[in-house]
Amino acid sequence: MSGTWMTTRAWLLMLPLLVIMVAVIGWPLVDTVRLSFTDAQLVGTAGNYVGFDNYTKMLTSSNFTRTLSTTTWFAVISVAAEMVLGVLAALLLNQEFRGRAVLRGLMILPWALPTVVNATLWRLIYNPEYGALNAALTQLHLIDDYRSWLGEPGTALAALIVADCWKNFPLVALIALAALQAVPRDITAAALVDGAGPFNRFRFVILPYLAGPLMVALVLRTIEAFKVFDIIWVMTRGGPANSTRSLSILVYQEAFSFQRAGSGASLALIVTLLVTVLAVAYATLVKKTAGSAA
Amino acid sequence: MERKSPVFTAFVYVCAILLGAVILAPLAWLFVMSISPAADLAAKPLRWWPQAADFSRYAQLLSRAENSAGAAFTSSLRNSLEVAGMATLAAVVLAVPAGWAVSRTPSVGWSLSMVIATYMLPPVALSVPLYMGLSYLGLLNNVFGLALIYLTILAPFTTWLMKSGFDSIPREIEAAAMIDGAGLLQTWRIITLPLAAPVVATSALFAVLLAWDEFFYALLFTSDQRAKTLTVAIADLAGGRVSDYGLIATAGVLAALPPVLIGLFMQRALISGLTSGGVKG
Repeated sequence: MSGTWMTTRAWLLMLPLLVIMVAVIGWPLVDTVRLSFTDAQLVGTAGNYVGFDNYTKMLTSSNFTRTLSTTTWFAVISVAAEMVLGVLAALLLNQEFRGRAVLRGLMILPWALPTVVNATLWRLIYNPEYGALNAALTQLHLIDDYRSWLGEPGTALAALIVADCWKNFPLVALIALAALQAVPRDITAAALVDGAGPFNRFRFVILPYLAGPLMVALVLRTIEAFKVFDIIWVMTRGGPANSTRSLSILVYQEAFSFQRAGSGASLALIVTLLVTVLAVAYATLVKKTAGSAA
Repeated sequence: MERKSPVFTAFVYVCAILLGAVILAPLAWLFVMSISPAADLAAKPLRWWPQAADFSRYAQLLSRAENSAGAAFTSSLRNSLEVAGMATLAAVVLAVPAGWAVSRTPSVGWSLSMVIATYMLPPVALSVPLYMGLSYLGLLNNVFGLALIYLTILAPFTTWLMKSGFDSIPREIEAAAMIDGAGLLQTWRIITLPLAAPVVATSALFAVLLAWDEFFYALLFTSDQRAKTLTVAIADLAGGRVSDYGLIATAGVLAALPPVLIGLFMQRALISGLTSGGVKG
């Protein structure tokens, strides 16, 4: 069979997928770009061309800078904690002990739990009146009075991060565990004979095997954390006093609560650009890590 | 092998118990809340274990009496099943030819990379035109409209998984069938698809999990029992004025049951699917 026919046939087989992707993602993305230069409302007026007005307005608003910093804090702390806890859990699950298979099986549970159910569960746990956290801490005499964990700007973001970590560190652990199991036993044994301590064995023998898979997990988790909407919407709706508002929630409010489609679109594109820059930076890093780890 | 000291072994067991408790405690509490009488949940000090297990909330949510919490819940359950089912079926049907094409003709692979790169886009970047478009087509608050959008979330994953699956089926087997006179569709039916059946199943289950979990688009594009999905129904319950927290917990348990069962059942396949990209990295 000729090469041209093979290629043509391949394109024909791809066509249904590509048509749908262009119609449901490509076109809306282009239309978002168009909208971002107009003062269109969500319902009614089509809007007039306003140049870069929306962008300058959004970028200079204190709402944007504050929300960007909240989102960055959320992403950096939750992803870092998930990586550390995930690797520690994987190292543990790679040891031999009774019940190991069961414990490994349990790790799939938080991952499989729907995000909204996870958010609801933690919202109940943090409940200021009847929540399990207040009850447990009081009964252990760690706090004297019930506290409103999600109701105070000082603790709300931290409470969200804990809920997010609980759901996501097991996935990192499973990915790291799969990588650990690929480390040849004789290499770790050789390092031991050569007198390498636990830290050096981890740093120089095991970590190179973990680096590639962990980088992939890091990229995916960071992108997701930057786009975060669901867990925050269900637990706090961005409150109290906007202290947990993420970029996605800000766009939602601008475009749908205030119905300002034009400025909402410009804000959405700014977020998209940030995520893309992050992803490209990471992708370069992944290639480097993969190259050096081999 | 390293000789393990008793202290180290004890340390491992302590950590393992701790990890197990961290994973299980919140889940166990969700279930306990769902079967505790409302009075126990409001007691101070909190009663950690119900005096008598009360499963009435499950019956309440699964009943279909009109204008009850059960009617809202069962309709959202049905909508979730419909949307996830339709989107998954379509995502697999699109993924088989596309995944095969990329596997056998790598020169078109860049288009799949672009399809997968759409994962980076925050849904908010598409939401305004999608809202206007669905409204124009009369597909707002409609399970078909929602399924169409979910399809574009699921298809990149299913296509990627199918492509990896086809990669591990030697071309020579297909070539042999074709030399014997089988056409492309016949070759797929007789040779390729039976061999790829486990991958088809894995990608379908992945797709169901993704669709079941989706919240943002469902929140935006559905408004009542005709199309609201489970995730939106649960967020409504959690954010609403429901005074019985046990009822919210029960809805959570019921919504979590299908994906958790799929997760446990498919453990091995899911983990290898999750890590295949990474480990080769």
